Amino acid sequence: MLADQDRIFTNIYGWESAGLTAAKKRGDWAGTAKLMKKGHDAVIEEVKSSGLRGRGGAGFPTGLKWSFMPKEVKDRPHYLVVNADESEPGTCKDRDILRHEPHKLIEGCLLAGFAMRANAGYIYIRGEFVNEAMALQKAIDEAYAAGLLGKNAAKSGWDFDLYVHRGAGAYICGEETALLESLEGRKGQPRLKPPFPAGVGLYGCPTTVNNVETIAVVPTIMRRGGAWFAGLGREGNTGSKLFCISGHVNNPCNVEEEMGIPLRELIEKHAGGVRGGWDNLLAVIPGGSSTPLMPKSVCDDMLMDFDSLKNAGTGLGTAGIIVMDKSTDIIQAIARISYFYKHESCGQCTPCREGTGWMYRMMDRLVRGDADVSEIDVLHDVTKQVEGHTICALGDAAAWPIQGLIKHFRPEIEDRIAARKAAAVAE
Amino acid sequence: MSINSRIADDQPESFAFSAESKKAIKTILAKYPKDRKASAVIPLLDLAQRQHDNWIPMKAIEAIAETLEMAEIRVLEVATFYTMFNLRPVGKYFIQLCGTTPCWLRGSDDVTRCIHDKIGIKSGETSADGKFSLLEVECLGACVNAPMVQINDDYYEDLDYETTAELIERLSRDDVPPAGSVQGRQGSQPLPGPTSLENVTSFPKTAKKTQSASGKAQKSKAQDGGV
Repeated sequence: MLADQDRIFTNIYGWESAGLTAAKKRGDWAGTAKLMKKGHDAVIEEVKSSGLRGRGGAGFPTGLKWSFMPKEVKDRPHYLVVNADESEPGTCKDRDILRHEPHKLIEGCLLAGFAMRANAGYIYIRGEFVNEAMALQKAIDEAYAAGLLGKNAAKSGWDFDLYVHRGAGAYICGEETALLESLEGRKGQPRLKPPFPAGVGLYGCPTTVNNVETIAVVPTIMRRGGAWFAGLGREGNTGSKLFCISGHVNNPCNVEEEMGIPLRELIEKHAGGVRGGWDNLLAVIPGGSSTPLMPKSVCDDMLMDFDSLKNAGTGLGTAGIIVMDKSTDIIQAIARISYFYKHESCGQCTPCREGTGWMYRMMDRLVRGDADVSEIDVLHDVTKQVEGHTICALGDAAAWPIQGLIKHFRPEIEDRIAARKAAAVAE
Repeated sequence: MSINSRIADDQPESFAFSAESKKAIKTILAKYPKDRKASAVIPLLDLAQRQHDNWIPMKAIEAIAETLEMAEIRVLEVATFYTMFNLRPVGKYFIQLCGTTPCWLRGSDDVTRCIHDKIGIKSGETSADGKFSLLEVECLGACVNAPMVQINDDYYEDLDYETTAELIERLSRDDVPPAGSVQGRQGSQPLPGPTSLENVTSFPKTAKKTQSASGKAQKSKAQDGGV
């Protein structure tokens, strides 16, 4: 278990004020200018040495991502964009940073912006988070008033402006290029890559888009050193991580823990265990709705990090853990996720626009058992035709939960079809 | 949903941004480069909706297009793409109920049932007195406080049938309860009390207990924190 002195988000539950005075007492904004004195590339190197991987889902090494930005600012300004469009079902960690630890994020923006030679940053926050956006704006106003943002931010010699931009209810805007489209005032429909945002991003300028948690851990990494962060967790999966534990547990909660913590320990230590005990566990979705579920047999010894979960055919994603006990209608649980993706498809690519609706309608029939057993294979085949054939990963995200269901719970689907057929014969 | 079903048939004759809104527009436009006014389209739609009883008339679409030097159809396509924009009137208390899997697992069906029992409306409907509208929406990002609803700007969390009934009863008297967990839970910490951060020295000992007080105490705490 992570020691309290190694926890980054000490006010994650909002016990103390989110304001600047309290944040400074917690260690935020201590010697920020000194951290920046080493230069742009030194900040990138420190983050690289920490092994930090993006906390938004894909787990791409953060320092490496920053190093893709041009080394000199030429005719186009550089931008930092923070993705606070937290919408992946099962995920509610960034919300706690925004409302309870906004200064960690703001200081992280200054450091990250400096590292990638950006003088401006936008935080794109989901529209429904009205109170969170207000808390963040208030913290930004405080930072400006204290000289921590704006000209010569925090007396570092670097100018940095930071703006909050609220979205308006579209899951797809969590995809980085859809987010940029939305920020430019259009429908949130993903762009083709390449060009990547580091070359052509916001307003056609070099841009890096990072998750809230990724940016908010940077000040602590810079202060305590990349080696400290790298010493937590496992090789290639370093540091601490905010986990969201929802569903059939006794005490659903968010908690910061070490990467690679065993799933069972995480649930039993912090969430009060699975409802009815560990043996009452049916399955877990480990990293937000798009990651394939794991049946209990896989959960027993599972470590919660990027590589362990990838090797098990699923993923850490956003670390939004959805726990389902044996009372769950697992087919309906996944069908509801299929409905989510049908609702949130932006409609740009045909395989996703048509496929998500088709897959949901098929899943809805499977919930009722109103299908032929051979149609399970047809459904699986369709998921494979959607996966990898769209501009962004929403098509994949819609396909994976169904693939996970068929892989691990095919007998349940077949039983339901057989039961309906038997009932029809009996009538 | 087709466009026709989303845009109100009865439209007001005119719409103009109020003096207060005009001031806000200036602040909003200052965030973006001068030649990138379109970036302000979502903020301005939000502003229009707030000014106009939580829905956006077509005249406001025209006003925004003019302000931002955009084609009207570009503003309308943004207004129809994002789910938070209401292009027809909604009730005074607009209940957005999360029905996605994490909330569904914790009993969002009970919340839906309660709203139907007490108000007699289903998703997409408004009560006859215009007081309540219900819409089942997708994940609102409060999964460890499930099930939950958003009413206008505020989240109400950790609901069940009974607490939803109380919430509706109070709202029907225009007694708006403080936002947050209806069980008095502090943020996203475990309900019985924290399982971490016990040894953080920078914290006063007293602040660590689970807040068992009413939501009111929580709200004032949140306000101290900068909300």
